[in-house]
Amino acid sequence: MNASLIRSALLSLALAVTLPAQAAKSLLYCSEGSPEGFDPALYTSGTTFDASSRAVYNRLVEFVHGGTEIEPGLAESWDISEDGKEYTFHLRKGVKFHKTRFFKPTRDFNADDVVFTFKRQLDKSHPWHQYTPGTSWEYFESMSMPSLLQDVVKVDDYTVKFMLTAPQAPMIANLAMDFASIMSKEYADTLAQQGKKEMLNQQPVGTGPFLFLMYQKDAVIRYRAHADYWAGKQPLDALIFAITTDASVRLQKLKAGECHIYPYPNPADIDLIRADKKLKLEELQGLNVGYLAYNTQQAPYDKPEVRRALNMAINKKAILDAVFQGAGMVAKNPIPPTMWSYNDDVVDDEYNPEKAKQLLAGAGVKDLSLKIWAMPVQRPYNPNARRMAELMQSDFAKIGVDVSIVSYEWGEYLSRSKDVKRDGAVLMGWTGDNGDPDNFLAVLLSCDAVGSSNRAQWCNEEFEQLIQEAKTLTDQDARTELYKKAQLVFKQQAPWATIAHSLVYKPMSTKVKNFVVDPLGYHRFDGVDIE
Amino acid sequence: MTTTTVTVEQERSALREFWFYFSQNKGAVVGLVVFAALVVVAVFAPIIAPHPADFQYRDHFLMPPAWAEGGSSQFLLGTDAVGRDMLSRLIYGARFSLFIGCVVVAFTLLGGVVLGLVAGYAKGWVDTVIMRVMDLILAFPALLLALVLVAILGPGLINAIIAIALVYQPHFVRLTRAAVLAEGNREYVVAAKVAGSSHLRLMFYTILPNCLAPLIVQATLSFSNAILDAAALGFLGMGAQPPTPEWGTMLAEAREFILRAWWVVTFPGIAILVTVLAVNLVGDGLRDALDPKLKRS
Amino acid sequence: MFKFILGRLAVLIPTFLGVTVIAFSFIRLLPGDPLELLAGERGMSAERKAELMQQMGFDRPIWQQYFSYLGDVLQGDLGISFASKRPVLEEFLALFPATVELAFCAIIIAVAVGIPLGVIAASKRGSFVDQSIMGVALVGYSMPIFWWGLLLIILFSGTLGWTPVSGRISLLYWVEPVTGFMLIDSILSGEEGAFLSAIHHLVLPSIVLATIPLAVIARQTRSAMLEVMGEDYVRTARAKGLSPFRVIGVHALRNALIPVITTIGLQVGVLLAGAILTETIFSWPGIGKWLIDSITRRDYFVVQGALLLIAGIIMLVNLTVDVLYGFINPRIRN
Repeated sequence: MNASLIRSALLSLALAVTLPAQAAKSLLYCSEGSPEGFDPALYTSGTTFDASSRAVYNRLVEFVHGGTEIEPGLAESWDISEDGKEYTFHLRKGVKFHKTRFFKPTRDFNADDVVFTFKRQLDKSHPWHQYTPGTSWEYFESMSMPSLLQDVVKVDDYTVKFMLTAPQAPMIANLAMDFASIMSKEYADTLAQQGKKEMLNQQPVGTGPFLFLMYQKDAVIRYRAHADYWAGKQPLDALIFAITTDASVRLQKLKAGECHIYPYPNPADIDLIRADKKLKLEELQGLNVGYLAYNTQQAPYDKPEVRRALNMAINKKAILDAVFQGAGMVAKNPIPPTMWSYNDDVVDDEYNPEKAKQLLAGAGVKDLSLKIWAMPVQRPYNPNARRMAELMQSDFAKIGVDVSIVSYEWGEYLSRSKDVKRDGAVLMGWTGDNGDPDNFLAVLLSCDAVGSSNRAQWCNEEFEQLIQEAKTLTDQDARTELYKKAQLVFKQQAPWATIAHSLVYKPMSTKVKNFVVDPLGYHRFDGVDIE
Repeated sequence: MTTTTVTVEQERSALREFWFYFSQNKGAVVGLVVFAALVVVAVFAPIIAPHPADFQYRDHFLMPPAWAEGGSSQFLLGTDAVGRDMLSRLIYGARFSLFIGCVVVAFTLLGGVVLGLVAGYAKGWVDTVIMRVMDLILAFPALLLALVLVAILGPGLINAIIAIALVYQPHFVRLTRAAVLAEGNREYVVAAKVAGSSHLRLMFYTILPNCLAPLIVQATLSFSNAILDAAALGFLGMGAQPPTPEWGTMLAEAREFILRAWWVVTFPGIAILVTVLAVNLVGDGLRDALDPKLKRS
Repeated sequence: MFKFILGRLAVLIPTFLGVTVIAFSFIRLLPGDPLELLAGERGMSAERKAELMQQMGFDRPIWQQYFSYLGDVLQGDLGISFASKRPVLEEFLALFPATVELAFCAIIIAVAVGIPLGVIAASKRGSFVDQSIMGVALVGYSMPIFWWGLLLIILFSGTLGWTPVSGRISLLYWVEPVTGFMLIDSILSGEEGAFLSAIHHLVLPSIVLATIPLAVIARQTRSAMLEVMGEDYVRTARAKGLSPFRVIGVHALRNALIPVITTIGLQVGVLLAGAILTETIFSWPGIGKWLIDSITRRDYFVVQGALLLIAGIIMLVNLTVDVLYGFINPRIRN
């Protein structure tokens, strides 16, 4: 009835609206959600890090763009003392902070900024330790920094010393993480004077490749290239995050030219994107692992032979097809193959239900029943836990194991699955923080983590010794040897059924140049260009 | 003996009169026919559906409908992302939607009528408390309150039904109470009171039948709204959970395919629309037939 | 009259207190612990959790928490969001204009189209035109709007490419959030084409959100018109030989509008609920999406605050409608 009216109105609008002339090179990134804030040390989510630490800030050391190796950042070099407990950093000179509408820096980056950055997290009496209601230094806490870091001292304007309570090999990798992003002390002092401390978390000032301009919740974040960036000005003039929470909407926007690149596509859309001439798709092995953790303190799953028998009954190939729709690879180790020290000599359990049956009979186990916990949410390492559990249910049925599937609300799931007395095996997974094997093996499988992030409740003396020794060494080759051995022990003891490492995809317009998919899951735009 | 015959005959003629007015409204008749057809489909779903609702044909992912290019007559309306027959799922889905409508209406009618009768009849503080609680429920948008309730109870079809039934309560309570207050002073009620009828008898036997008309209209309205709201909850991931072939849930699952497979998005929506439309048509007809004021004009 | 308003207000106070209890208790009844969600797969040590619980005041007895919350609310402090660590009220005020803008445009469309349709239908009662209009209105009234929105996106944004997929304005325009209303801000920005771009982005979501209110208003207008046209004074006007346009447009419509205005007032709740769905579909940065996200995150203070504010707004609107109605129709006051 009035459809034709609406149509002609829309058409005239469509013709009338032309996009503004683009004098500058702008890249539109359809990000998956709003950042929680702009002080990365307060948060743990990748969405926040993309918008804050990776765009606006630098760290003393940096991850190589597109890798997990470490390269110098705001520190040009560093020395480690004999006992491995003192790290001395020599800082880069002439590094400029952002000059913005809300802050004009008067000095270059120096040691005061480094000390400020870490002391505010470490020292409970520091004036910035509780600078906004609900402040908590989540990553600093969860990387055990408060107990590990004794002090951070300024030696001179361009030298800083970190004192540790114990030798800790992953320390350098930790300092490349987001909570270690260097803040401007001068900016903080100005804010404190104005009585607006909370602005530190809302209007960031850093030394990074992009300068923050403005943010509107759930809508847009705008950046401009930092003209005086120490590593040279970026090829892009402007970077715009168009916040779009729905994956199919992101694809539509990409197709309509309303954005140039987006993360986390629907697996179902991958073929469609491949078929589109105007789009391209970059992919990379994600730094993650999805697994099924038995409760190794619950009979009969306390016997390694029972766990191995069950592992043999799982048809991982079928799971990869049905759950990951091909976007993943079968996992045999607890760490992904892109990580150094990955032991490729480990032989995975073969898929052999017959043999599994015999093994179970040999272990004197019959009429076994098992609960499989399936998480209610989609995770990077497991796109559909429910479907995965259903497939395992039918796999285990073939060897006479009766499986029931349980699920809880995600928060409940996380907390209940930590219980040492948990009934059943739990589907879980992990995405790496810093590319160090310790970040997988110690967090997920050490004796300390039993009752928390070690959901297999598994404490094995041999394994524990290997990973603890590796932590104290600074020589990477020596550490690699130890971790490789640890992976053999792991496979033999089988506290988990390792299932898959997923692939990550980044769809983008063919106009985008030099975007590198990051194994750590960041979305970095330094070095990126657009035609 | 004579009195009973009279009432039966009176009832019969009342029914005839009702049908006369109802059938005047062509739309209502069409709605009723469609609705009856839906009931048949729902009841005989296992017989009518060409395939089981949950069976995954692994070789037929996202097949287009039979008439479209690449379609097959094996799957008249095509298949979804995991190879389930759309038509069969829609047929089974009718069961859920009608079930939701029926249960919600039953719950709200029962609860609303009892509370409304009590409030209107008892008056005083009982009335105040009941009506304040109803005001409270009305202070939130129905869907929003249902959403929060479902989040508390845990997502699922039954919990969605409970939440929806709860938030629909106030309309029935208000209607019943208003009717009771209006009827309470009429002669026949006073007469019954004087004759020594018990409270329960007064409430349910004397007063209630006389305020049925607006309740019936409100009930049909709730029936269609319940289907819509349950589908919305399913769409937001808070209603029936996959793989239940509830239409809203099917839409939510289909959302990621909107660019690739129009049929998985289009058909569940049409099913919801047609069902709700049929019920609303019947509701309009009922209102015309039962509302004496509109009947006159 | 004054007494009437006071009476309505007196009823509002206990309702508002009830709303605070509901808002406060509901979110705490939700299964799932915000701290566990915060920690994710890594988990959190028991000591750390206790420390945070204490920091957030969750270790106190529940009634103490409630009363301190109520005290804060009365002083206009709705607490801090766990996720963003910013005041809830501040976030609400930043996002609410987007919802208001959308709802406002929707109601404008609904009124501008719905009332004329209702009038036309009534004036041609029983004709084909009447039946078609009422048929379309009933379809609109029965529409699952989340599906309707998807269809329109597929058609207009996907296939035809006439409208943008989501967002409030093309991001290549630099628009400062001065008022929060994009239509106004885009003019203030002085950028050429920005205002048109904002309208362009608003069209589809407003139509989707307007669908149900439009149908309700058209139906209500028609029946109110029919009632009024049967009244004596309209018949008299007609008998006096006034033009049908004048009779319908001036005499009948003016009186028929009273119940229609009430209906429009009652649509505010419908609009806010519809906004939840519309905002989800169009990635519209309003309070609907914010609330849903916060429920999944168990962001206690945000959910509490948002429920409170939404209920407050609805109660205020209802009060206004009541009072207006009381002005127009003195019989109601007693």
